[in-house]
Amino acid sequence: MSASDSTVIAGRAWVFGDRIDTDLLAPGHAMRKPLEELSRHCLEAVRPQFARDVARGDIVVAGEGFGIGSSREQAAQALRFLGVSVVLARSAARIFYRNAFNLGLPVMVLPEAGEIADGARLEVDLPAGLVRDASTGREYRGEPVPAFLLEIVADGGLIPNLHKRLHGKPAA
Amino acid sequence: MTLSEKIIARAAGRDQVRPGEIVTCKVDLAMMHDSGGPRRVQPYLERLGAKIWDPARVVIASDHFVPPPDVDSAEILALTRRFARDHAIDAFYDMQGICHVVLQEHAHLTPGMFAVGGDSHSPSGGAVGAFMVGIGATEMAGVLVTGEIWVRVPETWLIEWRGALAPGLSAKDIMLFLCGELGMSNDYKVMQYAGNAIAELSMMERLVLCNMSAELGAKTGIIAPDAKTLAAVRAGGQAIGGDALAWQSDPDAAYERRLEFDASALAPQVAAPHSPANSAAVGQHTGVRIDQAYIGACTGAKLSDLHMAAQVLKGRKVAKGVRLLIAPASTLTTREAAADGTLATLVDAGAILLPTGCGACAGYGTGVLASGEVCIASTARNFKGRMGSPGASVYLASPYTVAASAVRGTIGDPREFLNAKATA
Ligand code: SF4
Repeated sequence: MSASDSTVIAGRAWVFGDRIDTDLLAPGHAMRKPLEELSRHCLEAVRPQFARDVARGDIVVAGEGFGIGSSREQAAQALRFLGVSVVLARSAARIFYRNAFNLGLPVMVLPEAGEIADGARLEVDLPAGLVRDASTGREYRGEPVPAFLLEIVADGGLIPNLHKRLHGKPAA
Repeated sequence: MTLSEKIIARAAGRDQVRPGEIVTCKVDLAMMHDSGGPRRVQPYLERLGAKIWDPARVVIASDHFVPPPDVDSAEILALTRRFARDHAIDAFYDMQGICHVVLQEHAHLTPGMFAVGGDSHSPSGGAVGAFMVGIGATEMAGVLVTGEIWVRVPETWLIEWRGALAPGLSAKDIMLFLCGELGMSNDYKVMQYAGNAIAELSMMERLVLCNMSAELGAKTGIIAPDAKTLAAVRAGGQAIGGDALAWQSDPDAAYERRLEFDASALAPQVAAPHSPANSAAVGQHTGVRIDQAYIGACTGAKLSDLHMAAQVLKGRKVAKGVRLLIAPASTLTTREAAADGTLATLVDAGAILLPTGCGACAGYGTGVLASGEVCIASTARNFKGRMGSPGASVYLASPYTVAASAVRGTIGDPREFLNAKATA
């Protein structure tokens, strides 16, 4: 894969386990707070320093059932607000998966997500469905993300994407 | 291909699709209700300066905030009416019943349709052999503007029920049992129900199976059409040809899992607080004292459900200290139940009739619970705080079991009442 390709994402892996639910991503007690404040509590119950230390472009790697629980869109919004560039998971809950793309956060299903070590430097090629671990040189094959979903992500989500389709520019 | 794969392929303009593929489908019908619908999508439509792609394919039902118990609810209903008028939505059912039931009563769905609904129990539409999924407000805005939606083709599980359900057993018992057996996180799957026990069920009972596929965590549920399906669609006022029966899975369709159960071995099921997956045979909970018995919701207050309750309640009385609340699922249900004497039986037994609508099911309407109170309900979900106070306990069961528990004052097996003669 070519690093100049804009659909290739490079970042540090933050590895989480199975069944990271929407309450861990967007805790109920913080749901009434503005996104900026809510995001500070994202994943704090499993990794208190995550929201503080995660850098723009970093990658969340997880096991089964990522995003299970409620349909709250803040679960994906918080990750995106913190700068997470993509979620790689063995499986993702349906509503979270849809919300994430529709809010501009790509998710790739990666059966071998469990092999990736915390802190690994990853390169993710979404349209090809490929993940390269620059730390170990290993390559993993996931489910390619279709072009139209990448376009929604590039536009910043479904509503801006619709705006572009209707009016020629994504600003909405 | 399975039935669902065939419907998705057709809607995507493809010859074939495989599970895991992501495709864009044309939407045949979009359904919204007062809570998740107009009030949420209106701001998006305004921001986009967009019109609805095809108002004739949109159905709106006001069912959550009806009749409005406060001014906020009344404003939401007023907004819903304005939206329906401004966007020229003819299929607007204002306080006529719960969306999923109304959709079927008026035959808006036919076999092979690809539909979306702004409600998590939208899988109900699968009862007529349509593929229908629940979506959020952002996606609904997308559908309303483009008439399209992307889907990941789900794997199909074939769930077969053989044998005959015993008297006093119903579709609700099947679903509570499956929730206990399969748990609530069967993400992305479509549950296709089949077998002679399913074929025997009425259309409104089939709706319960597809409806509670949501509790299994599935993307949706579906039942292949048969003669009963066509009869129901025709009764709802839609002309439909026998060719609609062609919507079946291929004989060599690939199912990710095949599960087989014996309906004749099933006992009435009760799900303990606070999850439908906490289900067990009624014997496990016999004797639990109740304050309220509630027969309501799309899942549990259709004519078929009221008939079940009436079978138990005929010639009996609700126990002292217990209140039995009944909120019929639609005005048509109320009318038919009045005409065939069912309402009289229920009211004679001491039931309190509530208005048609979602009622206390999700805590919107009347009949919610105080802390410390115990309720047994024919609804689909018993999450903490859903039906009122987070300190209340809600058990889920069939209308038979809810009615039997109302008579006893404690949770109990309805079969005792169905076998015994009424003591009127
Ligand atoms: S009756 Fe309950 S489950 Fe059915 S649509 Fe209304 S709130 Fe949802």
